[in-house]
Amino acid sequence: MKRHLISAADLTRDDAVLILDTAEEMARVADRPIKKLPTLRGRTVVNLFFEDSTRTRISFEAAAKRLSADVINFSAKGSSVSKGESLKDTALTLEAMGADAVVIRHHGSGAPHRLATSGWIGGSVVNAGDGTHEHPTQALLDAFTMRRRLAGGEGDLSGRRITIVGDVLHSRVARSNVHLLSTLGAEVTLVAPPTLVPVGVGSWPCEVSYDLDAVLSKSDAVMMLRVQSERMNAAFFPTEREYARRYGLDGQRMARMPEHAVVMHPGPMNRGMEITAEVADSPRCTVVEQVANGVSIRMAVLYLLLGGAEPAVSGSHPASMSTESTETAARTEEND
Amino acid sequence: MDSSSRGAETGRPVLEAPDIARVLTRIAHEIVERAKGADDVVLLGIPTRGVFLAGRLADKLAEITGRPVPHGSLDITMYRDDLRLGPARALARTEIPADGVDGRLVILVDDVLFSGRTIRAALDALGDIGRPRAVQLAVLVDRGHRELPIRADYVGKNLPTSLRETVKVQLTEEDGRDGVMLGAAAAGEATVGRHAERHAER
Repeated sequence: MKRHLISAADLTRDDAVLILDTAEEMARVADRPIKKLPTLRGRTVVNLFFEDSTRTRISFEAAAKRLSADVINFSAKGSSVSKGESLKDTALTLEAMGADAVVIRHHGSGAPHRLATSGWIGGSVVNAGDGTHEHPTQALLDAFTMRRRLAGGEGDLSGRRITIVGDVLHSRVARSNVHLLSTLGAEVTLVAPPTLVPVGVGSWPCEVSYDLDAVLSKSDAVMMLRVQSERMNAAFFPTEREYARRYGLDGQRMARMPEHAVVMHPGPMNRGMEITAEVADSPRCTVVEQVANGVSIRMAVLYLLLGGAEPAVSGSHPASMSTESTETAARTEEND
Repeated sequence: MDSSSRGAETGRPVLEAPDIARVLTRIAHEIVERAKGADDVVLLGIPTRGVFLAGRLADKLAEITGRPVPHGSLDITMYRDDLRLGPARALARTEIPADGVDGRLVILVDDVLFSGRTIRAALDALGDIGRPRAVQLAVLVDRGHRELPIRADYVGKNLPTSLRETVKVQLTEEDGRDGVMLGAAAAGEATVGRHAERHAER
């Protein structure tokens, strides 16, 4: 994961567990009278949003503010982008303003990667969702929620069976989750109509099934994905009703899940489509919890990327720095 | 890589297990004396070893006063002044007793008092958690070389050191044995050792 968080696939197991552990401590700040830490004072975080978002932008903004960073919100609507400014020129503007981190959401898959590798900016790049590619912080908060509900909030998710259901083809959440959850040791099964399974899924570290009922009874967590009609330019299934009947989660299906299993949804939900209101409002559904956990996860990511002189996540030290960083690790040991 | 092994090899024991037990008993009695019964005392240990010391002190205080004494931990990582000198650090647990710290006498507990920067950070962290009636500091070893106007209220042992020396506290809960070792940094790494130690304490 270098200086940036572009893809969940870049994270090692230790990186992922470190982020989850850090988020666990960050979550405790929310219970305090003063919900603020001085750690990122004087650092600037830019939220660069080329695509609509409520949850993710607010979540990143709250996370950065709780760490005392200065936050600049940039949305493509009402900015120079609507006058035709390119990503490069926007990036150069942000660099000139001294952004230490850029949180980017973009409709084009690969835009955050371009921003991170082009040399346009010097700060860290955090992918907040690019096209149909990845959404790593969502996967992290999902893993965090599962770890709390299923694994007592510690360690990894080894041996847990997680089913991801729905529009996998258009879902960056699904792709990030498959990578991250398998890194954390979970067994992931994708369930979708054949038309909504992406090409090349054979190389993903997961199983694929077309039969929801067959896998429900042996799932520890079921993640329902939103049917992304706005990205659909063709008929992927006959009717919405048929989709809901075969791939939607209703009360009857939920009753067949194991007692401890939870229902997750990255939001926004289409009630009546992939999930019924009965399921969405049940105590087994973690949607609201996921949003709350999102702030803690994003605080952890921002802290680990920006909190030190160099990121705390592995693979990030250039060779020349490695001796010194080992040294610093020793100091930490010694101190306590 | 672990510094404890290095300390164990080169160190000279300053306090052994029975000494540490005696020192903690004495500090507990001092706390009761100075706090006139220790009714409103809350002990907060600074991770990692301060937390264990706070737990042991709480047990001793409970023995003396016959009442349970609330104790917890206070992680100072996010308040350090040297965060930007190294990679981002892993966080430790902050555990504040249920009744909080408002209006109480908070005693911070740490293993070694050195530059004083850790305590400065702890005071900042404490300020975000509540408003104690007063804050005091108990340390197992004071090795001098303060860089800030901070002093301890309860000291286990004053240990005059040179900046080249290392002080290593070992506690059963973390290291499998109790002891305080004073070691000289090897000649070759003298400078490095000093820097390391000074950062270590912050």
